Order: sequence, then structure tokens, then C-alpha cells
Amino acid sequence: MTNEELQTFISNLDSTAEFEEGPQYLNATIEASGLRKLAEELKNNDQTSFDYLFCLTGVDWPEFMTVVYHLKSTQHNHAVVIKAKTKDRENPNVDTVSDLWQTAEFHEREAYDFYGIIFNNHPDLRRIFLEDDREGWPMRKDFEDPINIIDY
Amino acid sequence: MEEVTSLESQEYFINMGPQHPSTHGVLRLLLSLDGEIIRKVEPHLGYIHRSIERMCEYDSYQQIVHLTDRMDYLSCHINNEAVCLGVEMGLEVEVPERVKVIRTIISELNRISSHQLWWGVMGMDLGAITSFLYGFRDREMITDIFEETCGARLTMNYNIPGGLMFDIHPNFQKRTKEFVEHFKKTLPEYDDLLSNNVIFRERTVGVGKISKEDAISFGCTGPTGRASGFSCDVRKHDPYSAYPQVDFKEILAEEGDCFARYKCRIDEMWESLSIIEQLIDNIPEGDYKVQTRAVIKLPAGEYYQKVETARGEFGVYIISNGAKSPYRLKFRSPGFSNLSALNKMAVGGKIADLVAIMSTIDLVIPDIDR
Repeated sequence: MTNEELQTFISNLDSTAEFEEGPQYLNATIEASGLRKLAEELKNNDQTSFDYLFCLTGVDWPEFMTVVYHLKSTQHNHAVVIKAKTKDRENPNVDTVSDLWQTAEFHEREAYDFYGIIFNNHPDLRRIFLEDDREGWPMRKDFEDPINIIDY
Repeated sequence: MEEVTSLESQEYFINMGPQHPSTHGVLRLLLSLDGEIIRKVEPHLGYIHRSIERMCEYDSYQQIVHLTDRMDYLSCHINNEAVCLGVEMGLEVEVPERVKVIRTIISELNRISSHQLWWGVMGMDLGAITSFLYGFRDREMITDIFEETCGARLTMNYNIPGGLMFDIHPNFQKRTKEFVEHFKKTLPEYDDLLSNNVIFRERTVGVGKISKEDAISFGCTGPTGRASGFSCDVRKHDPYSAYPQVDFKEILAEEGDCFARYKCRIDEMWESLSIIEQLIDNIPEGDYKVQTRAVIKLPAGEYYQKVETARGEFGVYIISNGAKSPYRLKFRSPGFSNLSALNKMAVGGKIADLVAIMSTIDLVIPDIDR
């Protein structure tokens, strides 16, 4: 599918989607509550069949958080970037996609570890890099650590 | 005396690592075992987590380049290249042809040296000490070339945004050709020593299988994914630098077992040699860098650059808001995704199989922990 066809396909599924054409990929920003439905359709529909999730990132913005999914189809060779925007910055949550793309289990644990984003229905949501009893979310912009982070 | 009526097995746990020699670094695996059969493998990460992504949010783009070769230190040049290409994409700078060709030659030398080390260590993991010596004997020639080119043998930092730090050494072409000639004679020895060894085959053929669907779902890239038939070579699918102008094959296999992954890497070394041969006599004249501003500020926007390291697809995702440091920078490391498939490959096998599987995934722990 071309980017225009993908754009029509996604906006038919999720009317709240906002689009932006980046230097490489088509970006679609949606509400986090609609992510699960869109992800299932993108993965399972034969027209799109996005079977390869190559990057999953959490991003901290002043008012909200986003989880960025970089998707590619090995069959049709097209790619799209889905950005799920959470309502609440302090307690962000979004549905898991770890049953659709198995690598997401690790990547979601990483986003939870650094940003405190809760992935609903994740099979094993624990910290992955940091120790289990650590407090705080160290990649958030308002995280303070006077010893290790020196502002200059 | 109580009569024993049945022999029941009981599941128990064992920690493998963080100092186990076959984990190739500080990785801890929590194994759930039934006798010697593996029921579950749970990797515990973070022993050398340095939070490079957070450090990048405070650094300039030139400084970020120097952090990336501390992640996958065996693909240092290729990691540097990923950030440089990402920054050049944002600045819309076109580097001279000379830079592209030199970058490609050194990337391929880097890939060979990484595979040589992997091959030596893999032999040692499976009990063949000689392979370690053979691998390091040949790798020495490449690190000597790197030392002459930029002064460092391991963490190179030869790339800068806009080109290269300095021009190549006058001896570079001569020594690279000497290495190619030498390695063409010694690479068949690798096959003689390990590939056709009966014990080695017993331990790798049919061990740690993963299907193509699972490999895609787990995001296994590099030789790990290609051994299962997943065509994922970034050099073919999203070519960068001088790869569009060279002729090479993407190595694919169907079996998805340890031996297929092993064979993919050996064949990849032949392809890398062929790429170097095509380019080494055709380095165009010209500048070795484009002058960029002292303080690089990327225009606000998002840039995703991927390259093919020795372990697979390495991605740099830069979110810029126009400042001198990125707003957010994410490294998609190939090792992290490949490791997520370890449980799938190892379940049902023996502990000794797990050692072979970990060797063929080619783990570099700093790349996973970041």
C-alpha cells in the first residue's frame, strides 16, 4: 500500500487519527484507548499484515506521553509509525500488544522501566534493566537526580 | 520402610551467570529446569546499564557519536555510522562519494572482525580452544589496520557527522588488500576445523530451532533472523552509503537452527570480502568531510536511521525540537530483540544446548543493556 492508501485505511478504523508525513514514514497519532483495536487490524488484515514491529519507544511530552510503534510488513514492504497518546501524564496506560508481536513483551517492559507507562494485560510487567526496588521513572523529563544528572 | 511407588520429577531453578563464561558478559539467566531439560529461560538484564539514552539528551550530536561505540563494541564503526547518517539526514547534508566508500569498506572490515571473534569464542564455548587462537590471529590484522587509520583498535570513533575524522592512511589500501589475500586462504580453515567436525555438528544441527514466523514476531534480525528465512538485510532493503553500487548476495537459510546461524555468518564473511574487493581499488578522490557547524542543531522533527551491524538491524530514532541536544533518542539494538527469542529457542533442550544457542545469537551485553 502507498502512504495515501494507508492513511485512508487507518482513518477508516480510527477517526481520531492525525497524520503527518515524515522524511521516511507516515506518522499516525491516535488516542491510546483506540490502540488495541487498530493494532489488531493492522496485524491481522491481509491488506496491511504488519508482522514486524521493529521499534517500540516511550516518549515524555509536557502534557502527555506517547508510545511509538514502528511497524513494517515483510510481505508488502510498507511501513508506518503509530503514536499512541495517553490521556494522563502522571499515570499513563495503554493496552499491551505483546500477544500480537512477541518482541513487544521486552520492549514494553523497557518503556515501563524508564517511563512508568502501564501496559494493560501485559503477562509479566516488571522492571527489566533497573533493580526491582528502585523508585521513580528515570527517563521522565522531571526526574531529578542531583548526583548523576548535572544540568549545564 | 516406605515403599517407593513412583519417581516424580520436580522443577527447580538455577542461576546461570552473571559471571558464567558462555554468557559473554554480565547477563544472568534464571533457568527453570526439570532434570536437565529446560522449561523456561528468564533473562535478567541491567548489570551494565549506563542509561546512554538519557545521557544523549544532555549531549551534543558530536558527543553522542562517541557513546555509541561503547554499546556494540564489536560493530563500533557501524554504530557510529548510524548516528552520523541520522544527523546528516536531519541536516540534509550529502557526504562526498569518497566518504561513502571508505565508510563501507571499514564497515565490512568491522563485520569480518566481529564474526572472527564470534567464531573463535563459539568454538571455545563448545570445547574447541584452537578456534579461539585462529580467530584472533586473523582479527589482529584488521585491528592493526584500524589502529593505523584512526589510532584506536576497538572503540574507533572514526566517523563524525559530515564525514570522517581524518583521511585514510597511505598504507590503508595496501594493507587491506594484504588482509583480503590472507583471509581468503585462512577462511577455508575455519570450515575444516569446525564446520565439518562431527562433534560440532552433533551439538548444533537441529538445536535451538526457531521458525520464520516466530523470528519475525520476535524481531530477530541479522544472521539470527536470516538463518530462519527472514529476509531482513538492511544493506539490501534500505541501502545506505556505498551499498547500492556493490554487488553482493543476502545470505539466507531455511533451517533456523544453530548450524544455520553458524553457516550464515561464515558465508557472510565471504560476501564481505567480495564487497571490500569491489571497492578497495575504486576509492574516489575528493574531500573526506563536509564542514558542518561547530554546534549542530537539527531542525525539529523525527529521524529514524537503520543500519546493518554484525548482529542485525540497529536503529537510531532521533526526536529533535531544534535544540543542540535531541529531545529523545532511542537506540533499537539488535541484541535486545534477538535475546527476547532466547526462551523460545531453548525450551525443551538441555543446558548444553543453551550454551550453543547463546553463542549463535552472538550476544554482546553492552548492546543489550545500553
